Amino acid sequence: MEVPILKQGQVLIATFQAALSDADLNQLRSALVQQVVRFRSRAVIVDVTAMDVMDSFASRTLREIAHMIRLRGAETVIVGIQPEVAFAMVQLGLTLEGVATALDLEEGLAYLNQKFKIMK
Amino acid sequence: MSRVEIRVTISSDQDIVLARQKGRSLALELGFSSGDATLIATAISELARNIVSYAGNGQILLRDIQNSTRVGISVTASDDGPGIPNISQALRDGFSTSGSLGLGLPGVRRLMDEFEINSKPGQGTKVGVKKWRP
Repeated sequence: MEVPILKQGQVLIATFQAALSDADLNQLRSALVQQVVRFRSRAVIVDVTAMDVMDSFASRTLREIAHMIRLRGAETVIVGIQPEVAFAMVQLGLTLEGVATALDLEEGLAYLNQKFKIMK
Repeated sequence: MSRVEIRVTISSDQDIVLARQKGRSLALELGFSSGDATLIATAISELARNIVSYAGNGQILLRDIQNSTRVGISVTASDDGPGIPNISQALRDGFSTSGSLGLGLPGVRRLMDEFEINSKPGQGTKVGVKKWRP
């Protein structure tokens, strides 16, 4: 199941489905990095609202995505981590350190708008 | 005495998703809250991933359990892979031989109430975990 990537101006938005396999996550990682280059995007929002489980592999892949995109000079925001998923992540010891997070898509966009205004 | 027994054969990353989905539905069926079901599904995901990464294939057995006062869920992950030479090392945070974060087994132990592991080099690995409904 491929993750759809939406282009909204200078921002790319990837929306996760509930049941992503490792292969899907790896595919998303390559697709996102390629599209950031292709569209010269300033930022990527990864919406994980629908994700039922965030295990160590998913969390590591998200961190890798964020770091790769940062090396391209763009910003990644993870939005929509569900409270139960957050609870399980902390128990498991996963922190997503160094990666920006926001409550939902709207908050994520607001965060990026503010950030880019400051940079102008 | 368990009434439900679900066996999921694990040989690819798709099976990891299947195992955790089946685990979540069984947990909800047994009356676990959706928060607890998420913890259980996350633990199953880690255990199934260990099978795929270290042994190639194996199985996850999901069962309902009960004692005199409570009901719960039992998850057993078994494989005939290379086994774990040093179990106490494998249970330490940050230790990994596969390039992962090394949070798998110690993380699973934190997510569940009971944790048991049996492994010998060359004789496969069996991890059994339980969670009781509060």
